[in-house]
Amino acid sequence: MPLRSKDLLGLEYLEREEIELILDTAEPCKQIFTRDIKKLPTLRGKTMVNLFYEPSTRTRMSFELAGKWMSADVTNIATSTSSVAKGESLKDTARTLQALGANFIVIRHQMAGSPHLVARTVKASVINAGDGAHEHPTQALLDLFTIRERLGRIEGLKVTIVGDIMHSRVAKSNIWGLTKLGAHVTVCGPRTLIPPGLSEMGVHVTSELDDAIAEADVINVLRIQLERQKKGLFPSTREYTELYGITRERLESCKPDVLVLHPGPANLGIEITEEVAESANAAVHEQVTNGVAIRMAVLYLLSGGGKPGEIAG
Amino acid sequence: MRLLVKGGHVVDPRNRLDKVADILVEDGRILAVDAGIAAECATVLDVSGKVVVPGLIDMHVHLREPGREDEETIETGTRAAARGGFVAVACMPNTDPPLDTGAAVRFVLSRARETASTKVLPVGAITKGLAGVELAEIGELCQAGAVAVSDDGHSVGDSAVMRHAMDYASMFGIPVISHAEDTRLSAGGVMNEGLWSTRLGLPGIPAASEEIMVARDICLAELTGARLHIAHVSAAGSVDLVRRAKEKGISVTCEAAPHHFALTDEAVAGYDTNTKVSPPLRTGRDVEAVREGLADGTIDAIASDHAPHTAEEKEVEYELAAFGIIGLETSLALSITELVRPGILTMGQLVERMSYAPARILRLDWPGIAPGAVANITVLDPDHEFVVDPDEFASKSRNTPYAGRHLWGRVLATIVGGKIVYQTAGGWLDSQSLS
Repeated sequence: MPLRSKDLLGLEYLEREEIELILDTAEPCKQIFTRDIKKLPTLRGKTMVNLFYEPSTRTRMSFELAGKWMSADVTNIATSTSSVAKGESLKDTARTLQALGANFIVIRHQMAGSPHLVARTVKASVINAGDGAHEHPTQALLDLFTIRERLGRIEGLKVTIVGDIMHSRVAKSNIWGLTKLGAHVTVCGPRTLIPPGLSEMGVHVTSELDDAIAEADVINVLRIQLERQKKGLFPSTREYTELYGITRERLESCKPDVLVLHPGPANLGIEITEEVAESANAAVHEQVTNGVAIRMAVLYLLSGGGKPGEIAG
Repeated sequence: MRLLVKGGHVVDPRNRLDKVADILVEDGRILAVDAGIAAECATVLDVSGKVVVPGLIDMHVHLREPGREDEETIETGTRAAARGGFVAVACMPNTDPPLDTGAAVRFVLSRARETASTKVLPVGAITKGLAGVELAEIGELCQAGAVAVSDDGHSVGDSAVMRHAMDYASMFGIPVISHAEDTRLSAGGVMNEGLWSTRLGLPGIPAASEEIMVARDICLAELTGARLHIAHVSAAGSVDLVRRAKEKGISVTCEAAPHHFALTDEAVAGYDTNTKVSPPLRTGRDVEAVREGLADGTIDAIASDHAPHTAEEKEVEYELAAFGIIGLETSLALSITELVRPGILTMGQLVERMSYAPARILRLDWPGIAPGAVANITVLDPDHEFVVDPDEFASKSRNTPYAGRHLWGRVLATIVGGKIVYQTAGGWLDSQSLS
């Protein structure tokens, strides 16, 4: 079964089987890390454009490596040095990329729905690399992949997402992916950072961290944006750390084999201590590695490939 | 010059008409309303089997002239109004420059005389430059012909300024039309705050941002005794506040826009920027409350809040897109489809909400379909089913969320002061009658 859409705009729009197909396809992709020569011919002759309206290191580099290792021609557009700085509209930029022959457009944008606008405008496959507070599907896919790799399954697991849920596209994509694959999702954070409607999406909502993590199999710790404090959404980082910081002491009250994830970049010492982030429970660096495999799988499937075994051939 | 509107079913609750009757018009006025009028006429409109009502009034539109003639002009906007069955429209003052001086109001009226298909009733600004700080010269605005004042598009945030505006406007007997929005609460928001803003990751506008200002303005209306009109009520809490204020005898009226009884915030899924409007599309519960308010009369009037925008202003990221939906050419059909056909309003009540109530709120002389009255008449076919095609619109703009939607109710003719300013193409008119 191939993917139904030409684009990957969010996990909301994928069927469970499509998510599983991507995860299954990423497994052979990951083997490339063990090879001396990291090059597959899969996307030879295809052009991939990274269109990033927001700063990003790991996501942009991860997509770039995924494309290059599969032999695509990869171009990066930094919006501060392009026509965007001259006032070109997103739609017009999209048409320009189309005219330049792009097969894949990877877009990161501070406004929700921007990838949808691009996807409606072009024939190329559009991959959402994070749009405002909407979705960041490849991040959630790599989180799912990491959970499955570490714990062997997703169905039935208790997963707690901690932090700024309201502004987090990572949280939103994780909620869609995890609930579709049968996990029980709890979100936890200050009431000012919990958006309305989550219980209608099948998510348990609490502001009590100790309750939220006591029985958890996975804790996904979100980055807290420090500017939220300036907007009055929480009183101080000190109090945030006190109430929601994941520390060694808190971890000791959890299940011994609890898996700790963080999408990065982390504010070490604020939402998570370095001690926890570097502990055996954490998979922060595996997440980064798995991210490349997931993005290779997504590019492969969107380019029309369909059999998980084929790719590493 | 005589015109006979023949054989239609006349629905006019104020004149106790709900029967087949002919209407004879001479020199712009209604001469007689009776069964089987036999008269020599230059024009005969045979409207047998159709419905004839007092001309509709849209008390809240944006005509964009002066300043944004690329979006709409008085000419195109009133052509759209005529096509939508309206004989008069009240145009909001957020033009460029705004209608905050007598000269600006006179400009609109003079352009209307030169180019408009319908009556144009200018609404003046409450404050200079719509800035919410200093009162505009409301006396001069009234003298020039303004029928009300409003800073529509902007909320008057300073309660003292709003209080003074109400006190001052009451000297002239005109209503103060409030765009009720606590802009600190709504800041940055682009859609209703709720499940759908969470799902779509778009910044939300809580219903409370409207309800707080509705409550404040009701308090000020009670304090000042001024005539308060709340524009585009969208939230269940606002309907409830107005209902309780009316029970207390406070002088408050309000209107609702068709998109607030025809669409919910779920329509934003897919990021169609034509669903972006202020106040935003709300939840199913709010839609239900607006419908109930229209049924029990808490909501006095239906007004389109026709807000034209160019494609360039809409075909952008959702957060960057302009707020606004055009409504003049879908307002009646949406009202028939969503209110009359499901039995929420009778046709007589619809006439009340779309003709008599706006006239009463704006203090127009409005005798309806009665001998001696100016002949302002709308002829419609409530059973005509059609699919909305924005390319057929007379408006300059196309920002409608209803493209492709099946609706019932078509305007067949709009008569302003005895003159047929709009009629549908397609042969329903008696062919020899058009001289």
